[in-house]
Amino acid sequence: MDQFTLNMIFVGGSFALYIGIAIWARAGSTAEFYAAGQGVHPILNGMATAADWMSAASFISMAGLIATVGYGNSTFLMGWTGGYVLLALLLAPYLRKFGKFTVPQFIGDRFYSQKARMVAVVSLIIISVTYVIGQMTGAGVAFSRFLEVSSDTGLYIASTIVFIYAVLGGMKGITYTQVAQYCVLIIAYTIPAIFISLQLTGNPIPGLGLFSTHIESGLPLLTKLDQVVTELGFAQYTTLNSSMFNMFLFTLSLMIGTAGLPHVIIRFFTVPKVSDARWSAGWALVFIALLYLSAPAVGAMARLNVISTIYPQGTQADAVLYEERPDWMRNWEVTGLLKFEDLNGDGRIQFYNDKNEGFAATATERGWTGNEFTYNNDILVLANPEIAQLPGWVIALIAAGGLAAALSTAAGLLLAISSAISHDLIKSYLNPGISEKGELLAARISMAGAIVVATWLGLNPPGFAAQTVALAFGLAAATIFPSLMMGIFSKRINAWGATLGMLAGLVVTCAYLFTYLGMFFIPGTNLLEPVAANYLFGIPPASFGPIGALINFGVAYIVSMMTAPPPKDVQDLVESIRVPKGAGAASSH
Amino acid sequence: MADKSSSNAYWSANIRIIMTCMVIWFVASFGFGILLRPMLSGISVGGTDLGFWFAQQGSILVFLALIFFYAWRMNKLDAEHGVEE
Repeated sequence: MDQFTLNMIFVGGSFALYIGIAIWARAGSTAEFYAAGQGVHPILNGMATAADWMSAASFISMAGLIATVGYGNSTFLMGWTGGYVLLALLLAPYLRKFGKFTVPQFIGDRFYSQKARMVAVVSLIIISVTYVIGQMTGAGVAFSRFLEVSSDTGLYIASTIVFIYAVLGGMKGITYTQVAQYCVLIIAYTIPAIFISLQLTGNPIPGLGLFSTHIESGLPLLTKLDQVVTELGFAQYTTLNSSMFNMFLFTLSLMIGTAGLPHVIIRFFTVPKVSDARWSAGWALVFIALLYLSAPAVGAMARLNVISTIYPQGTQADAVLYEERPDWMRNWEVTGLLKFEDLNGDGRIQFYNDKNEGFAATATERGWTGNEFTYNNDILVLANPEIAQLPGWVIALIAAGGLAAALSTAAGLLLAISSAISHDLIKSYLNPGISEKGELLAARISMAGAIVVATWLGLNPPGFAAQTVALAFGLAAATIFPSLMMGIFSKRINAWGATLGMLAGLVVTCAYLFTYLGMFFIPGTNLLEPVAANYLFGIPPASFGPIGALINFGVAYIVSMMTAPPPKDVQDLVESIRVPKGAGAASSH
Repeated sequence: MADKSSSNAYWSANIRIIMTCMVIWFVASFGFGILLRPMLSGISVGGTDLGFWFAQQGSILVFLALIFFYAWRMNKLDAEHGVEE
């Protein structure tokens, strides 16, 4: 059976499964549409949260990002998991006790202010829309590569699938499809990882293989990797090649941003009890860790494999002849993700770091006139099964897994957007008299509208999709996280403090990013060049989240101290969310 | 709801547990994984040092342990103060 047919079977089969679940798990009420009727088992919610959280970036890009930089990009591993500690200890149990459906609803009730609620709605929509663009384009690309359709057609297919199960099932449908999507993506990630680890180290557990002995050379794998990359002029893999300050701040930014992402937070509204919310955060991290403990191994091993493909006799010997390159390189060359240019005309593929001036002498001596081989980082995961010479069905599995990762995150984001519109904007502000049935219809229409907008943005990506993720994390850290935390841990923060604090976080973070990355990320409109010398106190735009959070905390505190404390009933509300007793079913009022 | 003094005792016990967990959270990731790595460079782990291991795996395992410990400890605390569901 050829590869295309296998891909069709695996991807088509997984889609049939998702749609089957959607029909089985239709939402019949707003409680089911927004919070799956609060009947989701904590372990299942953990799985759904893991799929909700792990996007195309985690599945396809992260291992490649780590592989290219080595130790310095451990920031992604620590940052994207450490945020769950913040969620579990500081937010999830209390928000579940509060027992409503949306993040802006908590902010509106706790700070007894429609203004605060609206600022939260605006922040939520900016965060989730910027985040969803990347998921839709990711899904489109995955389709075009594995199913041989154009990426636009791929995007339409992806949107249609999400449309069916998200509009029909709401949170209930999304939850159970996310559980299925988690199973697909973790199997797809783990199988090639196990094989590659076995081939290189003999250890079937990739996370352990990373710290084991490289069979071929008899050296520890990481020592071998350090050796071959430095022999090609690249920086050492296991050392820090940037500043400790940047690494610290970026990790913190990812952690706080993760804990402030609305589509992750609302998953904790779906479990039956406060104690379930606590356990569920732990289960979510278990399921995330299954991928995150393998990812650094996949990255390191794939990089070593790429280098040994190009230098089959070792980095000191001649590179492989272009005509003798392996099949996987031929396959991926077609996609443009791999490029080869024979600069010195010797018919061989020289791959080395031609930016390293200290290495220039060695390169000249070996007759090299420039790096001849470039690859997109994503290839390290996408081509992994082919590099390890695994059967065709494993390649098809990677296709289904990448799509599962992108679609599950997109659906979670779309739900966060649609519930903010139908529940916080329409039900609470524009039309408070709307009936339960009317609100459910409004929720479905909002969802459909959000999908149309996301599809349009996916078809016409604003050319800066990678930059916008920094905005999503920065804003989540600067607006949602501090406001929720203050709402729970302080009885003194009042309506004015919270509203102005959020606004300050929102405005300053946007201003800082736009200054360096362009107004609304439009290239050429930046006021200052995005180079370290221009940054305020050396803070890169992508690491601004913690500063935005500090501004939010500071403004909220000062303004609250200068104005009257919250009324008695609000203080009682804070008392009540702090104890688990009495957590019943959620109510919409 | 439980009476005021019991509720205050419950909350301050919770804050203490959270603070302890946050210190461990910080030390395992920002500490061992980043800031203190040079101090740990003498301890070798599979071709590199302990700091590298904490940055790529150890911190995640510590996070897991922390969240499960917190869930277990708080369920016990809820029962001690009679505020469980």
